[in-house]
Amino acid sequence: MDRAEIEVRVRKVLAEQLAVDEGQVVPDARFAEDLNADSLDLVEAVLALEEEWNIDIPEDEMEGVKTVGQAVALVAQKLGI
Amino acid sequence: MGSQPHPVDGADAVTKVAVVTGGSRGIGRACAEALAAGGWEVAIGYRSSDTDAKEALDAIVRAGGTGAIVRLDTLDEASAKDAFDEVTRTLGPVTGLVNNAGYSQDGLMLKYPMDAFDRTMDTNVRGAFLCGRVALRSMLRARWGRIVNVSSAVALRANAGQTAYAASKTALVGLTKSLAREVGSKGITVNAVCPGLVDTDMTSHLTDDARAIYLEQTPIGRTGSLQEVANVVRFLMSEEASYVNGAVIPVDGGLTA
Repeated sequence: MDRAEIEVRVRKVLAEQLAVDEGQVVPDARFAEDLNADSLDLVEAVLALEEEWNIDIPEDEMEGVKTVGQAVALVAQKLGI
Repeated sequence: MGSQPHPVDGADAVTKVAVVTGGSRGIGRACAEALAAGGWEVAIGYRSSDTDAKEALDAIVRAGGTGAIVRLDTLDEASAKDAFDEVTRTLGPVTGLVNNAGYSQDGLMLKYPMDAFDRTMDTNVRGAFLCGRVALRSMLRARWGRIVNVSSAVALRANAGQTAYAASKTALVGLTKSLAREVGSKGITVNAVCPGLVDTDMTSHLTDDARAIYLEQTPIGRTGSLQEVANVVRFLMSEEASYVNGAVIPVDGGLTA
C-alpha cells in the first residue's frame, strides 16, 4: 500500500463518518471549519480510521490533527509508510 | 454513518442488545429480566459466579426472551473489551448498557481501609466509565444507544458510615450528566437511577436497627422490590424515554424527597 492509496481510503472513511461529500474531503480541508466536525465527530472518525487499519491512535497524537492531510500523514506514519 | 437518519419510530432499525453488568444477581438480574421482557437481547455480565448467571439466563429464556452470559470483570480493561467483543459476536452490536455492578462496604471514615475505598471507586466508578467507553463505540455507529447507571439514594441523601460508597455513587451522577452532554446529539441517552432501600444481598448485612431507621425515613414505609427498580430502568432503556437524558431518578419510596 502506498501513500496515495492510504489517502484515498482515509478520505473515503472520513467522508462517510462526517457525512460529507468525498469531494470536500481534500487534503487542505480543516475538520472544524471546512467539514463542520465537532469534537465527538472527530473521535468517531479516529475510531473508524483505527478500525480500518487496525491501528491505535492515542489522544495526544490526535490533538495536532486539524486537516485531512494531517490525518493521512498520521495514518501513514502509523503504518510505517 | 453520519448520513444515516436517526431512527424515527423506535429502535427497530438497530439491534437491541444490552449488557447488564453484575447481571446475575439482585437489581442487575431484575434489570436483565425486565429488559428481555421489553424486547432486548440481554448479555448478563458476571464476575465470579457463572452458576448465578446461568440461572438468570434460564429465567429469561423460560420467559421467552433471548440472551447470553458473559464473564465481565469491570475492574479489568481487557476483560471488558473481550466481553463486549464476545457479546457482539454472539448477540450483535451492543446498543444498551446498564452499569449495575457495584461494591459496598460500610465503615466510618477514620477506620476505613483504603483498599476497600479503592475497590469501591474502581468497581462503581471506573467500571462504569470503562464499560461505557467500550459500549459507546457500537452505539455511535448505530446512532442510537441507551445507558443507565445504577447509582444510589445515598448520592442524594447521604448516610454516616458510607463515605466511600456515597462518593462513588455521587461520582456516577456526575459521569451520567457529563456523558449525557457528550453524546446526546448522537441519539444516545445516559441516565441514572438511585434506588433506596431494596432487598438485595448488598443490603442484607444491615442491622434491624439500621433497616428500621431507613424505613422510618421512607414515606412509602417499606423496602422496594427489585422489580420496582427494574421497571424504571426498563423505561429509561426504551424508545419511550427518548427525551429523558442526563436524568437522575430516585426510586426510593420517597427516601430522598
